[in-house]
Amino acid sequence: MTETAAATVTASPLDAPLDIGGVEFTSRLIVGTGKYESNEIMVEAIRASGAEMVTVAVRRVDLDRTKEEAILHHLSADEFFLLANTAGCYTAEDAVRYARLARAAGFNEFVKLEVIGDEATLLPDVQATLEAAKTLSDEGFKVMAYTNDDLITALRLEDAGCVAVMPLASPIGSGLGVVNPYSIREIKRRLEAPVIVDAGVGTASDACVTMELGVDGVLMNTALAAADDPVRMSHAMRHAVVAGRLAFLAGRMPSREIAVPSSPTRGMLD
Amino acid sequence: MSTTDTIQVRVNGKDRDIEPGQTIHALLESFELHPGMVVVELNKEILARDTYGAFEVRQGDTIELVHFVGGG
Repeated sequence: MTETAAATVTASPLDAPLDIGGVEFTSRLIVGTGKYESNEIMVEAIRASGAEMVTVAVRRVDLDRTKEEAILHHLSADEFFLLANTAGCYTAEDAVRYARLARAAGFNEFVKLEVIGDEATLLPDVQATLEAAKTLSDEGFKVMAYTNDDLITALRLEDAGCVAVMPLASPIGSGLGVVNPYSIREIKRRLEAPVIVDAGVGTASDACVTMELGVDGVLMNTALAAADDPVRMSHAMRHAVVAGRLAFLAGRMPSREIAVPSSPTRGMLD
Repeated sequence: MSTTDTIQVRVNGKDRDIEPGQTIHALLESFELHPGMVVVELNKEILARDTYGAFEVRQGDTIELVHFVGGG
């Protein structure tokens, strides 16, 4: 029942589809597949989230335990649009290598580019990200670049040909929500490419607030996987993203420091 | 220790002695890996899937076998 309700809202004329690099998505929520307690819970949570695009990582096959790790044994590439990431890469060269390996898997030309600059904060190395973004875009990749909430970097990533720019709300896995709403709003205001807030969302209100800033979508993983009940949280996030999006499109009332009555002041009895 | 009837290769960071004359395809089979589920990098060059049967594994080769796992 809830699924029908959400589908009606997202597919209705209330909102347009999200176009990333020529591919249209009904859901504005992109989810990761890491850190789930089991593959069964992961699949159920992803379905509950309504997400169509899901991220996956590229890693060595563990030659002793193949079948448990391979995500494609659990997640059908027919059901979901796979977005391979370059998570774990600390240099532009490594990120390019991982992206090429991902593309060779044969699903699509998209890559979530992530070049980490610092182990403690997992903040991106924006210079290396930019360098890799240029190389990969030139090679025909559709690059969705994870970046800092810095406008200038975001503009340069767009210039480099990225099909989406993905500033963080706060550090990966922190669950701190949007720590710098001004920056996110400015990035969205200035870019033509879709802006997807990636990382830092902790709970449904964070996702809602993020979407109310006007961005095109939200990408999250830990907020779902690390919730006590990932499936229930995925339902919540789906609603939160839709709620925030529609609230943004609807245009909020002006906020005031004073009260204004909602009922008529005239017609009161003597 | 490699002997005359085996060759030494490095697969996913680990040195292994294998039978000579194997193709990449045969190597995948020996690990019970479906060719459609992995991507192969041979000495830092990515191999196209339809060439797995054409490449013979040679002494000293460095091979990476990768696939998709959960990630954010």
